[in-house]
Amino acid sequence: MDFIENLGSGTRAGFNKLGRGTHFLIQIFSGVISVLLRPRLLLKQMYSVGVMSFLIITISGLFVGMVLGLQGYYTLSDFGAEETLGVMVAASLVRELGPVVSALLFAGRAGSALTAEIGLMKATEQLSGMEMMAIDPVKRIVTPRFLAGLISMPLLAGLFSAVGIMGGQIVGCGLLGVDEGAYWAQMQSNIDFYDDIINGVIKSIVFGFVTSWIALFEGYDSIPTSEGVSRATTRTVVNSAFTILGLDFILTALMFGDH
Amino acid sequence: MQHTRNQDTLVGLFVASGIAGLFFLAMHVSNLSSFTDEDSYTITAKFENSGGLKVKSPVSAAGVKIGKVTAITFDPKTYKSVVQLSINSKYNTLPDDTTASVFTAGLLGEQYVNLEPGGSDTYLKKGGEIEITQSAIILEKAIGQFLFKSAAEEKK
Repeated sequence: MDFIENLGSGTRAGFNKLGRGTHFLIQIFSGVISVLLRPRLLLKQMYSVGVMSFLIITISGLFVGMVLGLQGYYTLSDFGAEETLGVMVAASLVRELGPVVSALLFAGRAGSALTAEIGLMKATEQLSGMEMMAIDPVKRIVTPRFLAGLISMPLLAGLFSAVGIMGGQIVGCGLLGVDEGAYWAQMQSNIDFYDDIINGVIKSIVFGFVTSWIALFEGYDSIPTSEGVSRATTRTVVNSAFTILGLDFILTALMFGDH
Repeated sequence: MQHTRNQDTLVGLFVASGIAGLFFLAMHVSNLSSFTDEDSYTITAKFENSGGLKVKSPVSAAGVKIGKVTAITFDPKTYKSVVQLSINSKYNTLPDDTTASVFTAGLLGEQYVNLEPGGSDTYLKKGGEIEITQSAIILEKAIGQFLFKSAAEEKK
């Protein structure tokens, strides 16, 4: 009997949270115009969300590309197909690893910081203070951060893939002796602009949207104590990772299904 | 003020490098740069069997890519595969007795159409048809023939 009761209350709480989250998202959207009229707010958040994630994204991208170069070379050379290393590295980065890994890193680096920041603002009653001054905290605090995440994510994913492909080239052509011309030529003839690159960018925009939304909502919805904020930060990272990987499966099935 | 100025510069650099990354992917990694639909003309070739040829497969002459396959259809009257080749207008001096064959690049590589120019003085025009074609080699068929042949030899 306890089990049924828990299931019921869990479902109710889940739907309740989903409803609050959606309401919160609508509130975020209602602030978009006022943020675009004051681009300085957005710029400041682009700095803390985008620029601060730049280093971790490029370095991880470089190493992921280098590992792909190594592993791909070992497997492909068994079949005498080292020339297709460029295709393998580029396709796996542009289609999957670029958007997904950069989104996971983004959730860890920027998402957790957003949750902690908003949660602490709530705990120290800064948000209530704003409301007292008739400033909508969602419009003023949350929307700029959301837009910054949405804009930064595709840029970061593009950087990740670009740096990764160069890393693959360094390892493949520099260390292992794959022909450089074949590396690029095979890549260019097999990677399609619309099917691969545009779909990868769409993926990263979706991930940026979802990650920023989860991070901001968890912060805004957190219990305003130090324990509550710490829990909210953990939830941001865990839920973002689940959502990114689950959505990635669905998006891949939709985008690359008809081949 | 100095502080925000620095931030502005860094944000600008970040956005610029992100766009540069995406631009690099578009131009250097994908086929967009070779996609510039320059002037091209279409000719058709009918094959007994076009094998694993696909739309966008390259068309080459003497090893140089001069065009691509734009459509493959089955002709229900002649039971042949009708392949449309889009050839770059730069190469408009292909003789009308050019031979088209389906070859495979490498052992596991993709299939492509190879054009071998003949000696005629008249050139193929837009909408022209290549008369002489050579089908793709189907590996199963070749193996079957080989086995059949060696069995026949053993009987002797």
